[in-house]
Amino acid sequence: MSGIPHDHYEPKTKAEKWVNSRLPVIGLIYDTIMIPTPKNLNWMWIWGIVLAFCLALQIVTGIVLVMHYTPHVDLAFASVEHIMRDVNGGHFLRYLHMNGASLFFFAVYLHIFRGLYYGSYKAPREITWIIGMIIYLLMMATGFMGYVLPWGQMSFWGATVITGLFGAIPFIGEPLQAWLLGGPAVDNATLNRFFSLHYLLPFVIAGLVIVHIWAFHTTGNNNPTGVDVRKSSKAEAEKDTLPFWPYFVIKDVFALAVVLAVFFAIVGFMPNFLGHPDNYIEANPLATPAHIVPEWYFLPFYAILRAFTADVWVVMFADWITGGIVDAKFFGVLAMFGAIVAMALVPWLDTSRVRSGRYRPMFKWWFALLCLDFIVLMWAGAMPAEPPYSTISLIGATYWFAYFLVILPLLGVIEKPNTPPATIEEDFDAHYSKPAEPAE
Amino acid sequence: MFKKLSLSALAALALTAGAATAAGDDSGHKTHNVRFSFDGPFGKFDENQLQRGLKVYTEVCSACHGLRYVPIRTLADEGGPHMPEDEVRAYASQFEVYDDELDDFRTATPNDHFPESGLENAPDLSLMAKARAGFHGPYGTGINQFFKGIGGPEHIVAILTGYTGEERVQAGVTYYENTAFDGGWIAMAPPLSGEDVEFDDGHSNELHHEAEDVAAFLMWTAEPKLMARKHAGFVGVAFLILLSSLLYLTNKRLWKPVKDKAKGKA
Repeated sequence: MSGIPHDHYEPKTKAEKWVNSRLPVIGLIYDTIMIPTPKNLNWMWIWGIVLAFCLALQIVTGIVLVMHYTPHVDLAFASVEHIMRDVNGGHFLRYLHMNGASLFFFAVYLHIFRGLYYGSYKAPREITWIIGMIIYLLMMATGFMGYVLPWGQMSFWGATVITGLFGAIPFIGEPLQAWLLGGPAVDNATLNRFFSLHYLLPFVIAGLVIVHIWAFHTTGNNNPTGVDVRKSSKAEAEKDTLPFWPYFVIKDVFALAVVLAVFFAIVGFMPNFLGHPDNYIEANPLATPAHIVPEWYFLPFYAILRAFTADVWVVMFADWITGGIVDAKFFGVLAMFGAIVAMALVPWLDTSRVRSGRYRPMFKWWFALLCLDFIVLMWAGAMPAEPPYSTISLIGATYWFAYFLVILPLLGVIEKPNTPPATIEEDFDAHYSKPAEPAE
Repeated sequence: MFKKLSLSALAALALTAGAATAAGDDSGHKTHNVRFSFDGPFGKFDENQLQRGLKVYTEVCSACHGLRYVPIRTLADEGGPHMPEDEVRAYASQFEVYDDELDDFRTATPNDHFPESGLENAPDLSLMAKARAGFHGPYGTGINQFFKGIGGPEHIVAILTGYTGEERVQAGVTYYENTAFDGGWIAMAPPLSGEDVEFDDGHSNELHHEAEDVAAFLMWTAEPKLMARKHAGFVGVAFLILLSSLLYLTNKRLWKPVKDKAKGKA
């Protein structure tokens, strides 16, 4: 299915021909894993494999956990303790699942920022990018609902706060929130539907992952130079590429093993480091925790949500111009979802004709600032909603929007990019002929 | 290559540090680090300490606080207090539990759980050592937890030793000043004052020893599979390092002709 010319599967034996004429599945698998891949891919291109592994890990550990978990408000917390104490290997399985979510988001952020730096979202890969953003949104929904299942204090209060966001939508908000929760407040009906959806969505994600791979197998991978693979003939294409198997499979699996060594160290030695201690207290609708904090991977967007308080002039203006329909709470919700929408629309916001950030001298600095902004927002999201953190969040949120809505469109016009190499082969050869560079 | 690797490592570290901030709240800001035997990747529970802690719990804490998630039989488990089975049976028989089938109370057996809290407002202690934390710094990033641990058992020690002796009565309830408690005033009267329990192994029963022993015991009730988990972690990390090394060499060998060709051309 690749647009890059390469050898296709030819059934040789009688049996192969018999299968192939009925279901060309071997050819499909062959073409998928033998896809010509730009040979200059660097180590930031390994996160896709890590993500595929995470999805499999979460599904496998999740299915086993479900065998021992009880989705009921009176029994859920105790059933998790049953898994931790009585189920063979249950404690490790649960910690794998719990920290697996963190690895999943850690990898997806690096994967997304890789794409943002090397311009992987630009034509002709817009659909790959959009599918990826939908996967990311579904991951957030899945992660959020999964965090509710242990029915600890943060589960309950996190669910209350996040579903409350939907309640902020004018006119339809309250009935929508009640519909989502299955009642006026977070209760057994909420737990049951979250459990059901938490089981369903990973399979939807798996389906979209196939579409995501299909899309970039059609266009071919991007690469650090952003230069296209030469497609005029197979011989030309082979100068720029190597088949995915074995070159990139072995490279990616090596990287995966290194990442997993760190992951197992965290699961084995500090499994609760990324969690919140309050979630070891059973949910109590009558006792609100002092600070309600979401999981770390939601913090940057949580900071954006909380940044737009009623005393910010844009919020006051929106409130006034809409006659009070867009109040501070709804503005925050719009900002949070808008932050992700702005990122999803980046293929059409970036006006530069050069794809890779490597050849964009001004872009590099703004991009570095965006990475820093993301980390600062993550930190601010975990802090109490009071000065100076609210001001920091507001500055961070403003930069996030400015980057996508102002800086990227302008840079394409005012920036004078450097000239990328003519071919991928040139980049690859130049990299390895440098005497000072240690071999990879 | 190294520059890029170190940049990636920096990015990874920054993300992790941001991640750590998620684990922040204000409780336990007066918590001091205690060197527990179970700290760090190599740490193990000290059976004698857990048994001493059990004694403190049984003779003092259990008057009000329960351990509803902890099966009594696990007192015999390896990686825990590791008590002989007959002692566990004898220990269980001091509790009365309600039996649904009998519709009546009966003597507890090792298969029953510890009783629930006897006093309505006393929190269950099963998971207390994981439900509290300390060491949120610097600047709320939680990086200190990497070096000192998450701080749950330390918080318990800080509460038990944090009483100043001041009392005040508010709406008919007596509150006791405690430097480790959020808000500074706790409803629990000082449970330990030193020499409350005679230890069978003749260990010191000064206040801070008793507090550390019961905190260690509560870490075990919260995380009974701590040692099994660390062991599994070691096996996992060791095998993955071996696998990474082999894959590194495979990858190097695989790419060598491609890279040599590139070197030769330029």
